[in-house]
Amino acid sequence: MTRIQIITILINIIFIGYIARLIIKGKLREEYAIVWCLCTFVLVVFSFWAKGLELMSKLFGVFDPPNLVFTAFIFIILIYLLHLSVVSSKSHHSINRLTQELALMKEKMKKAEQEKKGA
Amino acid sequence: MLKLPPHHQMEIAVVNDCSKDDTKMVAELYPVVVLDLLVNLGIGGAVQTGFLYARENGFDVAVQLDGDGQHPPWELIKLIEFYDNTRTNIVIGSRFLNEGGFKSSFARRMGIRYFHWLNKILTGKSIYDSTSGFRLFDKAGIAIAAEKYPDEYPEPASLVLFSKAGLMIQEVPVIMSERLAGQSSIRNFASIYYCIKVTISMLFIFIRKI
Repeated sequence: MTRIQIITILINIIFIGYIARLIIKGKLREEYAIVWCLCTFVLVVFSFWAKGLELMSKLFGVFDPPNLVFTAFIFIILIYLLHLSVVSSKSHHSINRLTQELALMKEKMKKAEQEKKGA
Repeated sequence: MLKLPPHHQMEIAVVNDCSKDDTKMVAELYPVVVLDLLVNLGIGGAVQTGFLYARENGFDVAVQLDGDGQHPPWELIKLIEFYDNTRTNIVIGSRFLNEGGFKSSFARRMGIRYFHWLNKILTGKSIYDSTSGFRLFDKAGIAIAAEKYPDEYPEPASLVLFSKAGLMIQEVPVIMSERLAGQSSIRNFASIYYCIKVTISMLFIFIRKI
């Protein structure tokens, strides 16, 4: 096992541990955790299976194996960023609705209180 | 209080979108409804709150006007009279149909011209002051605005929405003054960002099913 393999495996273990901690503490929703766990899993597989990367790049017809890594990961990251934008737009919309509803409710309560006082 | 044509009753609602000045305090001195937003929503969300209030209380007509002194309240009588006579769904108070009053900067006028052109393509209607935030909505207009008012820079984009819903839109000349305080939500009207953003949002509203 080469030095870089040991380093990657160690970092992966730390990463998985950190994700697990976030989930346990309730700071990360499981649906996001799945993506991160999958990513780590892929990294772990390739750090143990050193020949795997060369095999994969031959399969995809990529001349230089590291290029496959960069291309694949940039693509995955872009998709995931888009997904996050969708999620944030959704929560933006929800916050809008909630704030508006809250303002209307507060007004309604104020009116009801004033009527009570008047009666 | 304003004197309205006799068969109208009026209620004033002030939307406080997290103002850092004394908006809330001042508004509470008067017999008006204060809709207090806890989180800053920006112009679209704030204006929509007013429509939600109008819809919930079953108002026949809602008039939107800016609180910065740009839209003299007495001018809204013109909008209401026009509505009474024609029953147009959306009545827009326009700066450009008459002489006098405050006319904005050159860049802003160019932008308005561009949106006039874009609106004409997308809605087939000729609306000169498409960025005017001085508008009257009838029940149909309120229902749509309460449901899906655009978020950012909503004025030009909402026109596409209303015209897709088959509402009538008309302009009435009003006299506007210069705002007393604050900044336009359209800062540096010339800024390309605004134009691109609104163009995109108009195009997508145009394509989207209502």
